[in-house]
Amino acid sequence: MVIKTEALTKNFGKITAVNEMNLEVEEGEIFGLLGPNGAGKTTLISMLCTILKPTSGRAWVNGFDIVKESGKVRKSIGIVFQQASVDDLLTGRENLELHNLLFEVPKAIRKQRIEEVLSIVNLEKRADDFVNTYSGGMRRRLELARGIMHHPKILFLDEPTLGLDPQTREHIWEYIKELAVKECMTIMLTTHYMEEAEQLCDRVAIIDYGKIVVLDSPDALKNSVAGDVVKIKQKIPDIEKIRKLEYVMKAEEKEGMLYISIKDASKHLQDLLSNTGPIDFVEVRRGSLSDVFLHYTGREIREGEAEGGFWERMMKR
Amino acid sequence: MSELEGIYAVWLREAKIYIREKERLISAVISPLLWIFGFGAGVGTTVASVSGFSYQMFIYPGIMVMTVLFTSLFYGIYIIWDRKLDFLKEVLVAPISRASVFAGKMLGGATDAMVQVIYLIIIGLFFLNVPFTPLIIIEAFLMLLLISLAMVSIGLVIGANLTSPEGFSLVINFVMWPMFFFSGALFPKSNLSPWLAALTKFNPMTYGVDAMQGIILGINHYSLLLDTAVLLVFTAMMMGIGIISFRRM
Ligand SMILES: Nc1ncnc2c1ncn2[C@@H]1O[C@H](COP(=O)(O)OP(=O)(O)OP(=O)(O)O)[C@@H](O)[C@H]1O
Ligand SMILES: [Mg+2]
Repeated sequence: MVIKTEALTKNFGKITAVNEMNLEVEEGEIFGLLGPNGAGKTTLISMLCTILKPTSGRAWVNGFDIVKESGKVRKSIGIVFQQASVDDLLTGRENLELHNLLFEVPKAIRKQRIEEVLSIVNLEKRADDFVNTYSGGMRRRLELARGIMHHPKILFLDEPTLGLDPQTREHIWEYIKELAVKECMTIMLTTHYMEEAEQLCDRVAIIDYGKIVVLDSPDALKNSVAGDVVKIKQKIPDIEKIRKLEYVMKAEEKEGMLYISIKDASKHLQDLLSNTGPIDFVEVRRGSLSDVFLHYTGREIREGEAEGGFWERMMKR
Repeated sequence: MSELEGIYAVWLREAKIYIREKERLISAVISPLLWIFGFGAGVGTTVASVSGFSYQMFIYPGIMVMTVLFTSLFYGIYIIWDRKLDFLKEVLVAPISRASVFAGKMLGGATDAMVQVIYLIIIGLFFLNVPFTPLIIIEAFLMLLLISLAMVSIGLVIGANLTSPEGFSLVINFVMWPMFFFSGALFPKSNLSPWLAALTKFNPMTYGVDAMQGIILGINHYSLLLDTAVLLVFTAMMMGIGIISFRRM
């Protein structure tokens, strides 16, 4: 067990940000934390990184107690913060050089590591510019480069690809996967992007109000809730009849369309269509983590919203 | 070894930022000039001489101490900004001890102050005809460094325990001005009223100013040994409190 928490709790005054959380993460796993704004993801990670002291409960990272052995915990981890923490008045390269010194990267490989991580995030050309001339996404990339530079045993990524363009995002996904496989690095990440969680994570915990609502592999989660969604357009739909079919989990009408969740489209689609009668339009899609998220939290997670929140917070400063 | 590199990294960052923040450099150059040539020359026209020196010359050691005092104390405000902007997080999750983080920051602040000291020495040497010898310059430099370390520590303690820059300014004013006024930097200690004299005795800055007046002008009230001892003890205490404050951050 690389990360383990026992009834880990953090209160901020009246707010309980993390509520008696129990969690175990295996070595080499990519573990996702998914939850709406304010769910407690950042607070959980901050405690595991020893920046915040828990109100109660215990946790171990790499076998070390996060309160009593915080120094040893810090030697085992790397972190990319949700909010930018790269220095504005330094160049990208200088930021990385400082990180090398602070995180005890062996002298012999420092230069080479800097070049490596710069090329991973595609910042070679801007490395010697001051960070205050970077765009938001470039800062994010620098931050990421810094987090992975010292090859930590456990890497925490708090919304690593927030505000990045799709191309860079995929590039970084590739790299994160590679880290987990090649270096047996354990990675804990938070995200609002469903796609990211599905693509990357071995297991996902959906958290809400500081509690784990459900925890499983993305596939298992999807199968448990969503199955497949069949979208149908019909002149006079008969919802009641469809709902009575034993393989139909849910049927709803929204904006003139009929959304039918069924367990397995490959088995039941034919039968379903024979029961609906003539239709104008049909579309079948695999259930996604979004459906799972909606099911468990009763809220839609909207990527745009999350992003807006981040930039708003950046602008306020 | 790695702790030393950590201290170096924290210091290096501070030094680079200092050089790049133009406002900081400019104010570092201008404020001592105003005191020496504005205040010193102005009051100097009404005060004939103190202990055989022109008033401008008399306050020169005090101005040096004051410059170090102000710069060093105010340096603590940057830790609040760093925290507000999240720059500090990177250092706080690094595998170096908080004592090292504190040491790096403290040396960073002392560097700011000592850059000003060098500049003041140059002014003293070329424009005021201060009787400097190489030995005096070295002694003065070391004494001011000691004062600076104590004052940076106080600033960092206050910065580490507060979260708003406004709060910091408020608190620091209550620390800075009394320390400066009741230190004998602007007036001789010989003809003070009893209560003012008592107040002066409890002010660690008094011993710094006294030592500097002794080193540069040879008019010290206490022995240089006592001055140094008081400052060493005081500095050690402040550093201790500073490290504790950083651990709790
Ligand atoms: N320093 C703090 N002081 C007071 N309350 C806080 C503090 N940090 C977090 N909280 C509160 O704790 C709760 C959880 O916050 P947290 O930042 O962990 O959420 P999150 O899941 O990371 O959200 P997001 O998706 O927006 O990043 C929120 O209600 C927040 O208001
Ligand atoms: Mg967060």
